[in-house]
Amino acid sequence: MSDATRSIASPPRRGRQGRPGRPGRPVGRDRLPALALVLAMIAVAFFALPLMGLLWKAPWSNAWSLLHKAGSLTALRLSIVCSLWATALSIMFGVPLAWLLARVEFRGRGIVRALCTLSMVLPPVVGGVALFFALGRRGFVGQYLDRWFDIRLPFTTAGVVVAQTFVAMPFLVLTVEAALRQFDRRFEDAARTLGASRWYVFRRVTLPAIRPALVAGAVLAWARALGEFGATITFAGNFPGTTQTMPLAVYLALESDPAQAIVLALVMIVMSFAVLIGLRDRWLGAVTTRSA
Amino acid sequence: MGKTHRVLVASLAVLGSVASSCGSDAKDTAATTAATSTPAATATAASNTASATTVPTMTGTITVFAASSLTEAFTEMGAAFEKANPGAKVIFSFGGSGDLVTQIGQGAPADVFASADDSNMTKLVEAGNASGTPTVVAKNSLEIITEAGNPKGIATLADLATPDLVVVLCATTAPCGKLAALVLKTAGVTVVPKSLEDKVKGVVTKVTMGEADAGIVFATDVQAAGSKATGVAIPAEQNAVTNYSLVVTKQATNTTTASAFIASVASPAGQAILAKYGFLAP
Repeated sequence: MSDATRSIASPPRRGRQGRPGRPGRPVGRDRLPALALVLAMIAVAFFALPLMGLLWKAPWSNAWSLLHKAGSLTALRLSIVCSLWATALSIMFGVPLAWLLARVEFRGRGIVRALCTLSMVLPPVVGGVALFFALGRRGFVGQYLDRWFDIRLPFTTAGVVVAQTFVAMPFLVLTVEAALRQFDRRFEDAARTLGASRWYVFRRVTLPAIRPALVAGAVLAWARALGEFGATITFAGNFPGTTQTMPLAVYLALESDPAQAIVLALVMIVMSFAVLIGLRDRWLGAVTTRSA
Repeated sequence: MGKTHRVLVASLAVLGSVASSCGSDAKDTAATTAATSTPAATATAASNTASATTVPTMTGTITVFAASSLTEAFTEMGAAFEKANPGAKVIFSFGGSGDLVTQIGQGAPADVFASADDSNMTKLVEAGNASGTPTVVAKNSLEIITEAGNPKGIATLADLATPDLVVVLCATTAPCGKLAALVLKTAGVTVVPKSLEDKVKGVVTKVTMGEADAGIVFATDVQAAGSKATGVAIPAEQNAVTNYSLVVTKQATNTTTASAFIASVASPAGQAILAKYGFLAP
């Protein structure tokens, strides 16, 4: 789409022999310093090699039957459902939080920001234990949830979602906050002077402007939720069908049936890969080239 | 094209060297310290086979991969061993037995493996990762673990089937889970657990934190939990025992000290420590 607009705007086309290159594509690609290229190659190999290791060890001949072995698909479904819930909750609470941190001046803002992103650096198992003390059956909030509302989070699917949201939301908050800070507030001010309500401005001016960051943040949060292990097994436990997500299934299968563990791991990788590539082209790629 | 190719090859070569140097981490420093003494000691021992008076010097660091139910007993055991052999240092890595077998299979730097059951030990031996035959050093039986004071009044295995009771068991990949399944089958009780923990300490934690009402763990784990938990004995005719065995691993870098550690666990002093923590004699 942006290809077409650009070619109309700038009639002198590129050489006929060349492919109709994408606009905004760096011309001097081969001018990258040799050292940087070497380091970049090492980085690529660093990520590619472990993946190749999995592919190399994968039991291709009976992969299909291993995937259908008891529990695998249940764990996969549970992982998808829980990680999507965690992403939705992260967006619902994380965007207002990012807005608060980016736009509202208040004492102790730095402390609040550090507090809300602490779970990124906290070992997940510690996070799980902390959730126990707060929301467990004997936790200082959890005991009232249990007594008054009959809500118990440990050992439930809801507990998995809570654990995943706890570790995933900071990724969305930080990404969206950075975008809100970079966004030129004069657009919002202009809309306000034209009579738009605060909510209308947020929905029609601010939100579209930060959409790439929101999508990027949501993807990061989703990916983190999907791979969550430590907080989940500590806080929610491990039971097929209710709390055993893919990472837990992979971990337990590694002890009893390594071949099945590899198949499950590959399924997760393929799924994540598809999402990362798909979203990049559909959302992030398109938006960045347009704004560039 | 040719240039890029060369660069790629060069970068992969660099990566390879980085990877190989990364492989020699903290463990190798231990190996080096051991290498300065152990091969020399073994060499002397080999040349002086006639004179049985040669006492191998127990020096260097050994890493012991031990079942998590051994945590308390082996921590004390390690301290006693270091006290008796001032030049030696014992590092422990506690985890689920099945987990540890996998880690050793992947080349984890273990000198000694301590399993909480026969099947995981067999798995290690059959994979060719053990050197020599395992030594059985202790036995352990199961017990029901409840919150301190047993508020739910659990008395028998059958009580664990009560519908609204939150019961947590070990996964069957862990020795405690395999044994619990056997014990429940013997007793003819069907329990619907809320969670299948990957190691026995996971069950203990969930019960002592008050999230679960009961679980089935080793008798020694109940004792180790102290005042935070109360044990309910399982009658002998329903109960089952598991064998704890130790072996020097194939990749052990300090076999002399590793063997000496196993000998010390089997010695009367070592057995006294195990008994103190509730283990049964082999």
